[in-house]
Amino acid sequence: MGTGLKPGLGTFSVGGKTYASQLGIKRVRGDYVNIIPLSGRYMPRQGDTVIGEITDIAASYWLVDINAPYPAPLHASEVPWKVDFGDTSRFLNVEDVVLLKVLSVDEAKRIQVTMKERDLGRLRGGRTIDVSNSKVPRIIGRKGSMIGLIKEYTECRMFVGQNGRIWLDGSMDGMYLAVKAIRRIEEDAQVLGLTESIEVMLREATAKKA
Amino acid sequence: MEEGKLVNDKGIRVDGRRVDELRPIKLEAGVLNRADGSAYIEWGKNKVLAAVYGPREAHPRHRQDPARALVQCRYNMAPFSVSDRKRPGPDRRSVEISKVISEAFSHVVLREQFPRATVDVFMEVLQASAGTRCTALTVAAVALADAGIPMRDIISSCAFGKADGQVILDLDKAEDNEGQADVPIAIVPRTNEIVLLQMDGHITKEEFDSGLKMAVDACHRINEMQRDALRRRYSVTADTHEAVKAISEGV
Amino acid sequence: MKDVVSELLRDHIYKMAASGKRVDGRAPEEYREIKVRKGYAGNAEGSARVDLGETEVLVGVKMILGEPYPDRPKEGSIVTTMELIPMASPTFEAGPPREKAIELARVVDRGIRESKAIDLGKLCIIEGEKVWIVFIDVHVLDYGGNLFDASSFGALAALTNAVVPASKINGEDYPLEVEHHPISITATKIKDVIVFDASLDEDRVADARLTIATDENGHIRAMQKGLKGSFTLDEVDYVVKTARKLADEIRPKVVG
Repeated sequence: MGTGLKPGLGTFSVGGKTYASQLGIKRVRGDYVNIIPLSGRYMPRQGDTVIGEITDIAASYWLVDINAPYPAPLHASEVPWKVDFGDTSRFLNVEDVVLLKVLSVDEAKRIQVTMKERDLGRLRGGRTIDVSNSKVPRIIGRKGSMIGLIKEYTECRMFVGQNGRIWLDGSMDGMYLAVKAIRRIEEDAQVLGLTESIEVMLREATAKKA
Repeated sequence: MEEGKLVNDKGIRVDGRRVDELRPIKLEAGVLNRADGSAYIEWGKNKVLAAVYGPREAHPRHRQDPARALVQCRYNMAPFSVSDRKRPGPDRRSVEISKVISEAFSHVVLREQFPRATVDVFMEVLQASAGTRCTALTVAAVALADAGIPMRDIISSCAFGKADGQVILDLDKAEDNEGQADVPIAIVPRTNEIVLLQMDGHITKEEFDSGLKMAVDACHRINEMQRDALRRRYSVTADTHEAVKAISEGV
Repeated sequence: MKDVVSELLRDHIYKMAASGKRVDGRAPEEYREIKVRKGYAGNAEGSARVDLGETEVLVGVKMILGEPYPDRPKEGSIVTTMELIPMASPTFEAGPPREKAIELARVVDRGIRESKAIDLGKLCIIEGEKVWIVFIDVHVLDYGGNLFDASSFGALAALTNAVVPASKINGEDYPLEVEHHPISITATKIKDVIVFDASLDEDRVADARLTIATDENGHIRAMQKGLKGSFTLDEVDYVVKTARKLADEIRPKVVG
């Protein structure tokens, strides 16, 4: 392409030419050309906030499904409590839902997660839904506009994990409407004027109830 | 058409095709709910569905490759896909086809990005009518792209062969049964590398050369259809056109 | 593969159901959209592709010449198989059918067999020597809940589409006669609440399941209770009554 850009995420380079390795949208950032994927599994990156489900438990760690190709171990040293060896089940159990941060991902794609920061922890009540992680930016919207809209109309509390898992809690009707809106965004992620059409949908649904 | 002839003197075949003509192909990406990626194809009278799961952790653990992902393909024929009912489950033929297709995809999937993982590709033949392995590979490549699996290219496949002494493209059922040779291939369209090649029958070196050229050309036409199916799946924005182009033509 | 459902989702689905609502907005007795495409698999004697919401199955009927069982020399036979292929769900594994697939196949088979949908006597060609064997192969393509009903709708639809290949024995092909139309309806119990046509998530948290196949006269032709939970007598009464009502609504969509 002769612009002197370096191959970034979602690309590979042969004979001085850069190609996309995934279906995605081209974005130039600094010296790099990146491909923002339109589909595909979530790959954890350091600093991501993720919502996980505990799938297994060992003497000194929990195994957490974070929608990635690999399960993420949460070590007893990475929770805000003092956990004695073999005492893990007193704190968290299989089928619990947790809000975590990705601490590190090494070359071999081994993932470490932590629960030791503010706002992280076990999520109680409400429900989760899984969406394609490539749709997460659309669901959050520019500067949080989309998610703000959903929260406002449905009066739900929500966390959006970068791994495509969303937690929400509110009234039954509120949660139902929020999930409907999220599914609609997922379906129409590429459509122009999405924020407006979602607002119309939310407004009509809440007006009917009132 | 003369009695019993597969190709007439004018080079026209029983179904009206020229020697270098493909059967009609219809492709659609993103057709299943559960799979990470999926696609459906009708190629002549073949109907094949493909689904991709992964990358996900490989099980059992001893099968994991610590340095790269496995690409595990399963080609399967539904019991009612053929005229004589096929017993459910894998037979020696489908195990072999699964193996050569797995190897073809292993060449293009960027496996180093997912150590210890597996990318599982399932191909279900729902209606079979000659050339199911090429059909299955072609639709599976679209399902892999739909699943967002990083790849060097979307690979494409078709067969050439020989009937009535003539080299022909994309054999149909009669040509496959009564012809003299069948040569399925798959290529990486960007580089023309061969990633699958099988042959049974009897042909000369010259016939092989001309048939191979015919099949490689056809693979490029098929690749355009594969890319078109992906464009339609992710349509609506102008960006998508560019996204598909970036895979084969660079950014 | 083990399927872990979070406690949170389990509670949510129950709370919704307990208040007479469902996660996808349906009423407790409401079925998802049913789409039936007959004659889909051209190499089969009969076939149907059935969409039940997010669930999709393809059923093919093959008719093969064979010998009758020695104790039933004047009857053909029906064989129903089911494959939960790994394409359909991340929790399905390749390999020979396990107990779940076998139970499914047997329940579908019973609905067809016990309703006498196919007169086995009419499948006899030469007494004691030659009969038609009807293979009903159910291929699950996409698992989105309630496989029992989707599969049995598919089986009945494929049979009503089947042609007996009598030209193989120097006769003339003719449509397979389907004498009764059994429709299977499945109730799913989540704690103490009953819903019909469970979605994937409802299936995943189900405690008990009750499938009732009834014919066009409202007679019960096959039943199967599944999973580790139980039903009270009143609940069984409710499920049977509701199944008869729902079957009548659904039958025309399947038979066409």
